[in-house]
Amino acid sequence: MKQTLATSKRGNILHVLSVQQSAISAKLIEMGLYVGQEVEILFRAPFGDPIAVNVGGYVLSLRLNEAALIEVA
Amino acid sequence: MNVNKIALVGNPNTGKTSLFNALTGLNQQVGNFPGVTVDKKVGKLKLSNRTIEIIDLPGTYSIYPRSKDEEVVYDILSNPQHPDFPDAVCVVVDSSNLERNLLLFTQIYSLAIPSVLVLNMSDIAFRKGKKILIEKISEQFPEATIIETNARIKSGVKQLVDTLDTKIKSRNSQAKALIAKENVLEQQQDTEQKFQEINELVKNCVLQETNLKPRRKVTRLDKLFVHPIWGYSIFLVVLLALFQLIFTLASFPMDLIDSLFGSLSSYLYGVLPTGMFTELVANGIVPGIGGVIIFVPQIVLLFFFIGILEETGYMSRVVFIMDRIMRPFGLNGKSVVPLLSSAACAIPGVMASRTISNWKERLITILVAPLMSCSARIPVYTLLISLVIPNRLVFGFLNLQGLTFFGLYALGIISALLVSVVLRMFVKTNEESVLLLELPDLKSPRWKNVGITVFDKARLFLIGAGKIIVAISIVLWALGTFGPTERTNTAIQHVEKPTSKDEVELAAYEKQVNAVKFENSYIGILGKTIEPVIKPLGYDWKIGISLITSFAAREVFVGSMATIYSVDADGEETRSLLEKMKQEKNAQGQPVYTLASGLSLMVFYVYAMQCMATFAVVKRETKSWKWPIVQLVYMGVLAYVSSWIIFQIFS
Ligand SMILES: Nc1nc2c(ncn2[C@@H]2O[C@H](COP(=O)(O)OP(=O)(O)O)[C@@H](O)[C@H]2O)c(=O)[nH]1
Ligand SMILES: [Mg+2]
Repeated sequence: MKQTLATSKRGNILHVLSVQQSAISAKLIEMGLYVGQEVEILFRAPFGDPIAVNVGGYVLSLRLNEAALIEVA
Repeated sequence: MNVNKIALVGNPNTGKTSLFNALTGLNQQVGNFPGVTVDKKVGKLKLSNRTIEIIDLPGTYSIYPRSKDEEVVYDILSNPQHPDFPDAVCVVVDSSNLERNLLLFTQIYSLAIPSVLVLNMSDIAFRKGKKILIEKISEQFPEATIIETNARIKSGVKQLVDTLDTKIKSRNSQAKALIAKENVLEQQQDTEQKFQEINELVKNCVLQETNLKPRRKVTRLDKLFVHPIWGYSIFLVVLLALFQLIFTLASFPMDLIDSLFGSLSSYLYGVLPTGMFTELVANGIVPGIGGVIIFVPQIVLLFFFIGILEETGYMSRVVFIMDRIMRPFGLNGKSVVPLLSSAACAIPGVMASRTISNWKERLITILVAPLMSCSARIPVYTLLISLVIPNRLVFGFLNLQGLTFFGLYALGIISALLVSVVLRMFVKTNEESVLLLELPDLKSPRWKNVGITVFDKARLFLIGAGKIIVAISIVLWALGTFGPTERTNTAIQHVEKPTSKDEVELAAYEKQVNAVKFENSYIGILGKTIEPVIKPLGYDWKIGISLITSFAAREVFVGSMATIYSVDADGEETRSLLEKMKQEKNAQGQPVYTLASGLSLMVFYVYAMQCMATFAVVKRETKSWKWPIVQLVYMGVLAYVSSWIIFQIFS
C-alpha cells in the first residue's frame, strides 16, 4: 500500500513522492509540498486530526484528508 | 527610477504589515477593493521632497489565486490598466524560509514590473544558522534590488526607504504573461518547474551552518497548547480570563461615557432654546452617538486581547485544536475568532470571518455570528433578570440570577452550533473545505502591531456601525416624538393636572405627559398595532414599542422602557424602573412581567436579529441582499417560536 502523509508516523523524515491530482493540489504544491520536498510530522491535534507537518523548514497544519493526497516515502 | 505607488506583497506572516507600519506609521487608510471584501490598506511614506503611496496587499503564497482574497493580488498585478497597478512591487520574504517564499517573487519578477526583494526576518535566518549570499541572488535577478531587514527592530528600514526613493531599477526584460486564472493544471506544472529552479538557487545562495546546536523542533509550549487535556483547559481559562477582564475593565469607562452623554443632553437642554431643534439634538443625536461610543471600551479591549493572542501565534494553535470540533457543524477552526469577536459585537465578528477561504464555511460563520450574545444585550438581560428571577441560591452555592445570565450566553452558543448544522445542509458549494494553515513560531507580541490592529477595528466599528446606529436613532427619535396631533392632544388632556405649584408634582406631571406623548407617537401606535402578534409571547404594547426601538441597538430597550414608565433610567433610578415594571398589571389585573413573560422576552433577545448595523455589514460582506434577509428571517422565526414555547411552558 502507498504511504501517505496521513498514514505516516510522527518523527520520520520523509520525502514527497507525488501529489494526487485534486481541487487543492495546486495549492498544496504552492505551499511547498512539491515532489522531493522533505516532510516530517511534528505533532497532532487531539483526535489525531489535523496534523502539524514540518515542510522544508516551516510548520504547516493540514487535515488528514488533505494529508492523504500526499504520497511520501 | 522614480516611483509614486508601491505595492507590498508576500506570503502570510512574513512581516508585510509590520513593514507597512514601519514605513507609514499612522498615515494609513483602510478602504475596500472594488468588488471584493478585502481591506485595502493604503499608507503614505513621507520622503524629503515627495510622498509615496504604499498598498498592503493580502498575503498569498502564489500569484495564482486560491481564494477570493488572493484574487486581488492577481487582478491588480496582471492588469496594468488597473487603477491600483503599482509602479513597483516590494516582495517581502521570510529569509529563514527562502525556498517557499521565492516562488511568489519569481512569479512577480517574470512580469517585468520593477521589483524590490526584501529579505525580512534576517534575525531568524541568522538564528537558524543560515547565511544568505545576497550577491549570488542578485546574479539571478539582476534587475531587482535586494535588501535585508528585520521589521521587528526596524533594522534595514532606512535602506529600504532609500531604495524606494531613488534606487529602484527599471526593467528591460520582456514580461512573461501570466497563465489564465482558470488554467490550474498549467499553473501547477509551472509551480513545480519554478520550485526546481528555486531549489538549485537556494543551494547556491544560502549557506547553512552545520555545527549549530540542533533546535528543538517542537517546543514545550507547543506540546502544552495542543495537548488533549491541557490544550482545551488552557483555551477555556484564557477565554474566561479574557471576558472577566473585559467586563471588569470596561465597566468604568462605560459608566463614564454614559454619564457624560447624559450630562451633555441635560446641558444642551439648559442652554439651547426650547424647540424641535433642541429636542432633536439633545434627545435624538446626542444619545444616538452616546449609544455608539459606549461600546468602544469593550471593543477596544476585546481586540487588544485578540490582537495579543494572534501576534504571539497562540491563536493559530487554537484554530488547530478547534478545527476537528467545529467541522461537524459545517464550520472551520478559523471560525473561532469571528465567533469570539461577536461576543463583543457582531460587526467586527462578521468582518473577522474574512480569513476563512471556503465560502460555505465563511457564510455559515457570518450567519450564526449574531447568535453569540453581544455586549448590547447585557443591559437587557440584566434588567429582565432582576425583574423576574429571584435572587437566591440553588444547590446551596449557585446564584439563580447568575445562572440565568450564564444560561442565556450558553443558549446563544449552543444555538449557533445547531443552526450551523442545519445551514450546512442548505448552503451549497463546490469549493473544497481546507484548513492549510501555517503555524508560526510562538513569540512575544509587538505592541505597536497590536495597537494598530485595535485602532483599525475601533475605527471600522465607529464608521461602519456608528453611522447606522446614529441614523436609526434619529429616525426612531422622530417616530417617537411625532404623532397624530389630535390623538396626542386628547390623550394629554386626560392626564390629571397638578393641583399645586409643588415642583415634585409638576415634574411628575411633565413625565406623565411625555409618557402619554410617546404612547401616542407613531412608534406608540406601531407598538399597539403589533400587540396582537406579540401577545401569544406574553408581551403587551409597551414591550412592543421597546422591541421596535431596539433595532437601533438592543440596549435601547432599557431607555425606551424608562420613557414609557416615565422614570429616569440613570444609575440608581433603574430601581424605580424595576419597581414600576414589577407593579405593572394587564387588563385582567395580572402582572405583566411574570417568570413566563420575562423568560420569553430574554429568549427573544437571544435570538432576534434586532441590529440594523449587523444587517448592513452582512449585506456588505456577502455582497447580496439575500443573506442578510435570510438571517433576519431565520433569527426572527427562531425568536418568535422559542419565546412562544417558553411562554407556554412557564405560564
Ligand atoms: N523575528 C522577527 N519577527 C518579525 C519580523 N517581521 C515581522 N515579525 C513578526 O512576524 C509576525 C507577522 O508579522 P506581520 O507583519 O503581521 O506579517 P504579515 O502577515 O506579512 O502582514 C508578527 O508577530 C511580527 O511581529 C522580523 O524581521 N523578525
Ligand atoms: Mg498582514
